[in-house]
Amino acid sequence: MEFGGLKALSRVSIRVGAGEILAVIGPNGAGKSTFFNAVTGTYKPSGGAVYLRGERITGLPPHEIARRGVARSFQNLKPFAEMTVTENVLVGREVHFRSSLLSAVVRGGRFREDERRHRERARELVEFVGLGARRNTLARDLTYGEQKMLEIARALALEPRLLLLDEPVAGMNPTETGFVMELVRKVQAQGITVLLIEHDMRMVMGISERIYVLDHGELIACGTPDEVRNDPQVIAAYLGGGKNARAQ
Amino acid sequence: MNGGSVGTGIIYYLGIMLICAPFLRQNVLWLPVVFLLAWGIRRGGALLAANEKVTSLRGRSDRFFARRRMPLVALVALVFLIMPLCASGYLVEVLTSAFLYAILASALNITVGLTGVLVLGFIGFYAIGAYTTGILTAKFALCGFWTALPLSGLAAMLCGVLLGIPTLRLKGDYLAIVTLGFGEIVRIFLNNLDPLTGGPNGILGIKRPSLGPFTADSATAFYYVTFAFLAATVFVVARLIDSRYGRAWVAVRENEMAAGALGIDVFRKHLLSFSISAFFAGIAGSLFAVKQGFISPDSFTFYESVLVLCMVVLGGLGNVAGALLGAGLLVVVPEVLREFALYRMLVFGAVMIAFMIFRPHGILGSRTIALERKDAADVSE
Repeated sequence: MEFGGLKALSRVSIRVGAGEILAVIGPNGAGKSTFFNAVTGTYKPSGGAVYLRGERITGLPPHEIARRGVARSFQNLKPFAEMTVTENVLVGREVHFRSSLLSAVVRGGRFREDERRHRERARELVEFVGLGARRNTLARDLTYGEQKMLEIARALALEPRLLLLDEPVAGMNPTETGFVMELVRKVQAQGITVLLIEHDMRMVMGISERIYVLDHGELIACGTPDEVRNDPQVIAAYLGGGKNARAQ
Repeated sequence: MNGGSVGTGIIYYLGIMLICAPFLRQNVLWLPVVFLLAWGIRRGGALLAANEKVTSLRGRSDRFFARRRMPLVALVALVFLIMPLCASGYLVEVLTSAFLYAILASALNITVGLTGVLVLGFIGFYAIGAYTTGILTAKFALCGFWTALPLSGLAAMLCGVLLGIPTLRLKGDYLAIVTLGFGEIVRIFLNNLDPLTGGPNGILGIKRPSLGPFTADSATAFYYVTFAFLAATVFVVARLIDSRYGRAWVAVRENEMAAGALGIDVFRKHLLSFSISAFFAGIAGSLFAVKQGFISPDSFTFYESVLVLCMVVLGGLGNVAGALLGAGLLVVVPEVLREFALYRMLVFGAVMIAFMIFRPHGILGSRTIALERKDAADVSE
């Protein structure tokens, strides 16, 4: 997969190998979320291209990109508030349903089989993110942290090849952060590529194999956690000073 | 985007208008006072509704009904089946009319309640259904009722698709205005397309349906025909809601962006719910045509669209039983209030406002049927 020179940002080229955990970091306003939105089709990039397994997916509508195996969570949470946890995850299974409109009325064997199988998978995912006890709770009644977990479960329900997580542990305590890190590792173990945006350096340095650093819409560094940690430009971007210094 | 709040507002101010009507004829200067008073009542009501005890009582009653859903449905159905045997002809007529509105409300509920798309000219589809049947069976006598019925539904559905394709990409209020325009366009067409629709004179002599030797001539017989269609509609709608389609609709209502990110084509889900709604409205229109035996554009005014919308909002957005209850109340209550003669609409308006104050999400709340059932399972665990 490669995302070449998106002009919404500029000259940002990121290559994601299958099964990797990558992080995109950078100060607020660096263009991280814009990058995600360009990849998932929420924004149409004015230039550049996004390839998924060799197929150009630039400019496709978000649902088409999702159907090709790109799932995401949102930085500002977007749960289906009036639905239960299980139902939220079931909506994520939607693209895998095979039963037709007519069968939904008649309720033949195929419909029931479809419903049963996907409910079971949804239940597994709900357990997987640790919301088992809350599966019949309305999403709007969940705590902030629980809603974040719900977003991950919902995205995983799509059975994606690539999972984009936008600040999955923002606002979480260290215990919760540890849980999410463990979760992301398990997701990777299932062969899913994970690309995350995160400010929490413990998480970023702890699980990413490679890190891309954005500042002012440009890629200023990339490499292993150790390389990035010692990169002078990265330090400058985060602490101020250097050519990209902003008024503090 | 939010059909709920807009609909609630409409009910509220329609109620105020109805209350004002008798007075305004004498003095328009009262209007600000009335509005101020209404605003005060609404604020006060909101405070009362936030009361802890009221809330817990509500929760308990909700759970009670959620746990006994099937027996309750059977009981209600039984009551309505026995009803004509011991009720007056007048009541049977009123209930038949209520059933037709209930079909309309159930259909509109899919679009407004579940998918969250506010439709203001819904009666247009009803009109298309009615006129299709009128034209096919009476005007040109091309076929019988049983052929015309599905064709009426399909005609309305086709119009729904044709209207939906260019317009369903619009958001919230803009779409509401377009559908409002659609309802008016249909009515104006009916008024002026004389060779086909008979213009303002409408179409006369539409025959009641018959099946073999049996003709639904009597009010009671037609009551059962309408009831059967209502039951079928509710059955289909309830099952659709409690399936992947219903879940996708609600997801689209809750958050289009998140739904899109999960591979759901928001536009197609809108179009699907819109055309299904239109189909059932067409069926209801067809039944209306044979019930009346006569149709004219006067039966399909904007007021009717608002009335159906009020039924959905009053009963509870997205709630199957709510739409039925809303239809029942908005047809039956004005009839009951006939004794009050001049003040009928005043009391009616006050009743509606009271409901909106104490149950802002509708009488039965805005939960879908699928959610209710799982809640019930949760309680019994």
